Amino acid sequence: MKRTMYEKIWDSHLVVKAPGQAPLLYVDRHLMHEVTSPQAFEGLRLANRKVRNPHSILATIDHCVPTKNRDLPIADPIAKKQIETMADNCQENGLNLYDMKNPNNGVIHIVVPEHGFVHPGMVVVCGDSHTATHGAFGALAFGIGTSEVEHVMASQTLPQQKSKTMLVQIDGELSKYASAKDIALAITGKIGTAGGTGHVIEYAGDAITALSMEGRMTLCNMAIEAGARAGLVAPDQKTFDYLKGREFAPSGENWDKALAYWKSLPTDDGAEYDTIVTLNAADIEPQVTWGTSPEQVTGVTSSIPSPDDFNDTIKSEACANALKYMGLKAHTKITDIPVDLIFIGSCTNGRIEDFRIAAEVAKGTKVADNVIAIAVPGSYHVKKQAEDEGLDKIFIDAGWEWREPGCSMCLAMNGDELTVGQRSASTSNRNFEGRQGKGGRTHLVSPAMAAAAASAGHFVDIRTL
Amino acid sequence: MEPYNKHESVAALMTRSNVDTDQIIPKQFLKKVERSGFGIHLFHDWRFNEDGSENTDFELNKPAFKNAKILVVGDNFGCGSSREHAPWAIADYGFNTIISTSYADIFYNNCFKNSILPIISTKEQLASLMNEISTNEGVQFIVDLENQELSSPAGNGFKFEVDSFRKENLLKGLDDIGLTFQHLDKIDQYEEKHKQTYPWLWA
Repeated sequence: MKRTMYEKIWDSHLVVKAPGQAPLLYVDRHLMHEVTSPQAFEGLRLANRKVRNPHSILATIDHCVPTKNRDLPIADPIAKKQIETMADNCQENGLNLYDMKNPNNGVIHIVVPEHGFVHPGMVVVCGDSHTATHGAFGALAFGIGTSEVEHVMASQTLPQQKSKTMLVQIDGELSKYASAKDIALAITGKIGTAGGTGHVIEYAGDAITALSMEGRMTLCNMAIEAGARAGLVAPDQKTFDYLKGREFAPSGENWDKALAYWKSLPTDDGAEYDTIVTLNAADIEPQVTWGTSPEQVTGVTSSIPSPDDFNDTIKSEACANALKYMGLKAHTKITDIPVDLIFIGSCTNGRIEDFRIAAEVAKGTKVADNVIAIAVPGSYHVKKQAEDEGLDKIFIDAGWEWREPGCSMCLAMNGDELTVGQRSASTSNRNFEGRQGKGGRTHLVSPAMAAAAASAGHFVDIRTL
Repeated sequence: MEPYNKHESVAALMTRSNVDTDQIIPKQFLKKVERSGFGIHLFHDWRFNEDGSENTDFELNKPAFKNAKILVVGDNFGCGSSREHAPWAIADYGFNTIISTSYADIFYNNCFKNSILPIISTKEQLASLMNEISTNEGVQFIVDLENQELSSPAGNGFKFEVDSFRKENLLKGLDDIGLTFQHLDKIDQYEEKHKQTYPWLWA
C-alpha cells in the first residue's frame, strides 16, 4: 500500500489501538517552555507520577523574558514566579533547561533545531501551537494542551485521532525578495484559517525543495495559521547536511542507520491525499496582512478590500470589524499604510537568514522619524552569529534597537508591546486583536518587507528598491 | 474530572466567527502557575472597559445570558494558540457546552480534558439556534450527551456526533492518563522495540 509521509510516521509510532479507545501514539521528543508547563508538573506531583523519559525533553524560557536589561531582576512578580517555577520543575525532574543565563537560551522553536534535537520521522510535541515548525525536518510535530503535556511526561504517549492529509503543491520559482513567509501567508489567504483544520499539511513542489532549512521552518511554523496542527516537508540532502554534526544529531554508525531510515520517509509515488491545494510560486508577491486574522492578507501591490468585496456574509462582517479595529479605510493602497513600530524576530522569523536579509535591506538607511525598529534574535546563538557577521552594527547604525533573545513582541507577554492605536510591521505569526498589546494594530510581513518599511515609514514593495 | 451530566441551561449567543484564543484569554493572564481562577479574565479585552467596568455592548454581559452554561458561537472557534488556559477560563466562567460548526483542533482536544462538550452543528442548525436565541434571549436548551441529543423549545434541536471514547470519558469524568496507564505493558514493549529500531534516539 502506498503511504504518505504522515501515514508512515503514524504507523511507526502506534503503540496500541484498543477497542473503544483512541489510538495511543508514541512521542519521541517533548519541548517545553514556562507558560504551558507549570500546571502539568503540578498535576504529576498531585498524582505522585514521574517523568517517564527525562532525556526526551528539552526546555527553555522564552515567553516572559525581558529583551533588555537582562541583568536586572525581573520586574513583573508573576512572570518572575513562572520563570522560577520552570527552573524548579526542571531541576526536580532532571530535565535539560536552557535558562535565561544559559548561552543556549532562546525561543524554543529556534533553539531545538540549532542543537539537532529533532530528526526526520520523529513524533514531537510541545505545549505550543508553533511546534509545527519542526515539520521542516520531516518530523510529525504538533502543539498540545497542558493536560496533554502532563500525559506525555507521565506515559511518553498521547491518545490521538488520525488526521486527514493535505498536499500543498507549490511549483515554479519565487520572485526575488518573496520568501517562505510570503508563501505561508499566501496559503493562509487562499485556504483560510480553518482551511487545514483536521489535516496535516505536506508541502511539496520545486518552490519548497528550493527553500533553505530555515525557510522550511518558517513555512511549517505557520501551518497552524492555516488551521493544520502540523506541516511536513520531505527530508532531503539539505536536511541531512543541516543536522550533521549538531549536538543531538546521531553520529558514527548511528548516523548511517538514521540516514537509511530518514531516506525511507518521503511519501510513496502514487500515495493519495484527502485534499490537494496548488499555488504557483511565481504568482506570490510579498504579502501584507491588513486585518485581524492571518487569512486577511494580500499582495503588496494591492489595496485593502471593502466588506462589499466578500459574498460570504461572515467574511464581509469580519472585514468590516477588522477595518474598524485596524483604523483602516477600504481601497487604501497597502503602500500608503504608515507604520509606527517594526519588529523582526519570533519563532517564525528570528533565525540568522532572517536577520541577514533584513540587514541587507537596512544597510545604509535610517529608521524613519517617529518609527521605532527593534530586532530580537531568536536565540543567543543567532545573536552571536549575527554579531560575528557585523549585522548588529548595520541595524544599530540604521537606528534600530538590537535586543536580547526571546518571544518578545510576538505575543507581548514580556513587556515589549504596542500601545493603543500603534501600528506595527511584524515578522511574527498572528495579527489577532490585542496580540501585540491591547489596541495595537499588527501587519504581518517578511523580514525584508519589515526592514523596508522601517526606513520608509510605510509599506513599500521591496522589489522596487 | 467532573462527570458531564444531562442538563437544561441558558444558552448565550456570540455570532462572531474565528474567535481566537488570544480573545478567549488574553496573554497578560497566562503567567499564573495555577489552573484555577481564569474565569474572571474570559474575553477580558471585549468584556471590560478601560476602567475595569463591564462593557455593556459585549454579548455575554447581557443580563439574559448570566448563568449560561451553553455558548453558541460562530465558525472556527478557538483558533490560534494551544493555551489550555482558554478552556480553563471557559469552564471556570461556568460554560460546559459550546455549539459551533467547527473548532480549531488543539482547542477541541483541550475541551474534553476539562469537562467541556464542544458540539459540532451544521451551518443551518447553528443559524436556527442563533435565531432562536436572538428572538428569545434567556432561552434554555437541554443537552443530553448520553443520547447525543440537543433539544430547544422551538424545535431546533438535533442529534450530534461525538467520538465514543471521548464521550465515555466525559460521561464518567475519567482521567486520560489513568486509561493510558492500563496499557503500560504495551508502552514498555513498544519502547524496547523502539530502542532497537532507532538506537540513535537513545544514544
